[in-house]
Amino acid sequence: MNQRDLICICCPLGCPMTVTLENGQVAHVQGNSCKRGELYGQKECTHPTRMVTSSVRVTGGVLPLVSVKTAQDIPKEKIWACMEELKTIRVPAPVKLGDIVCKNIAGTNVDLIATKSIPSQ
Amino acid sequence: MKADLVIVGGGPAGLAAAISARDHGVERILLLEREQELGGILNQCIHNGFGLHIFQEELTGPEYAARFVEQLEARNISYELDTTVLEVSPEKEVTAINPVHGLFSIQAGAVILAMGCRERPRGALNIPGYRPAGIYSAGAAQKLVNIHGYLPGKEVVILGSGDIGLIMARRMTLEGAKVKVVAELMPYSGGLKRNLVQCLEDFDIPLKLSHTVVEIHGKQRVTGVTLAQVDENQKPVPGTEEFLSCDTLLLSVGLIPENELSQQCGIQLQPVTQGPVVSQRFETSVEGIFACGNVLHVHDLVDYVTQEAQAAGKYAAHYLQGGRRQGAPIPVLGTGGVRYAVPELVYPKSLDDSILIRFRVGQVYENHGISVYLDDERVLHRKKRVMTPGEMEQVSLDRELLAARPHLQSITVTLEEEKP
Repeated sequence: MNQRDLICICCPLGCPMTVTLENGQVAHVQGNSCKRGELYGQKECTHPTRMVTSSVRVTGGVLPLVSVKTAQDIPKEKIWACMEELKTIRVPAPVKLGDIVCKNIAGTNVDLIATKSIPSQ
Repeated sequence: MKADLVIVGGGPAGLAAAISARDHGVERILLLEREQELGGILNQCIHNGFGLHIFQEELTGPEYAARFVEQLEARNISYELDTTVLEVSPEKEVTAINPVHGLFSIQAGAVILAMGCRERPRGALNIPGYRPAGIYSAGAAQKLVNIHGYLPGKEVVILGSGDIGLIMARRMTLEGAKVKVVAELMPYSGGLKRNLVQCLEDFDIPLKLSHTVVEIHGKQRVTGVTLAQVDENQKPVPGTEEFLSCDTLLLSVGLIPENELSQQCGIQLQPVTQGPVVSQRFETSVEGIFACGNVLHVHDLVDYVTQEAQAAGKYAAHYLQGGRRQGAPIPVLGTGGVRYAVPELVYPKSLDDSILIRFRVGQVYENHGISVYLDDERVLHRKKRVMTPGEMEQVSLDRELLAARPHLQSITVTLEEEKP
């Protein structure tokens, strides 16, 4: 049995949590103040994930960039592959908030979506 | 030009105040925004983490702003972009300038100040050295990276571990820069705990607490900085100096409410927050002029800005409908580790709701509780496992508690140690 102390990153409360692991499996999570925290504790100790937010080049828009996010968390080890792929993307204006900018980014089965609307020039 | 209500600033505070004022019956509202789009600083905060309290979901800054811009448009509330407000008079005449109307003034019935805050610049820090290129406030770098698409440097040292500094450490790293260290003068971080994890630990960026930059090297461009440890009085300890090569120094060393207009208007400011002194109605010392959001005091979460601005919008509407503050105010005092409390004044005769007192603590407190005293009587006590200066605290006081004490002299918010 071993224990890992974590700070929950689900919300700005930042609950200090202790996750107890038995044979590599999460036995229980302590210190969280909500269900999201418990899930985070389990995931963080087995297969950690993160949401990636960045920006992508826009052509013909009123601004040169559109902000984007992964529609869900992606595996932490895929962050760099996601950033590499994101650099190569060019989207034509207009872009609408919620548009899919790239499907299945870096083979994660998660889409990259626009978080802002960029009208055409 | 005339308007019932003029709102200065179209960031999260101004937007929520405008929407709330309309929903409370104010017809002619004019919102004035300096930038070319509404949303304020949210536009460059492309990371997620906004809206958990208001929308019960996690949004990015632009998404959070878009929700309010949509509500503003749906209500047909007028706004002017690219507009700089030059003066707000105590008679509530607002003078502004923009490329479409030139110089113009509006006689308002009420004004809401929602100008937000500004970053403390290098000049406030007294770090010796030349003035080379490569020194940016963290927010300026954020705008360059996220709005304009420029990377301001490749080898970066960040001074200050406030949230913007931490967010930029991650952002610069993701964009290919090497962030060598985040140095923090205080023995604790000024940012949210989650940001220490997801912005620094995730990317193995070291955080050096009780450290500061004592010299900036380079004449044309930054070539490096000298870092030193500081003692408990924040004075550099001789012999601990360490040279770090870098081409960029980002400063995330605090935010200051932007109150030039308020000062010019003769509005009383509070020395600690550097924002206007307000009552529970968010009314400043000048009747009919209200303030909310970061111009009032620097918030940790935008959700709280929204809530505060909604209240300010409601009270401005009330004022325009003839509601005036009644009687004499009593002070709200912050003592025993509480650096300040907002509102600073309560008008007991004008109470229509419970009062939410927001405050910050001066250092890290573990196993303390928040207590509220009405004169000498403790009426509220709540345990808190940890309180840090980076996070805003709040307590709510029931209206009935105050209504039952007609001769009340003061309200005191303080911290008390918990017996283990």
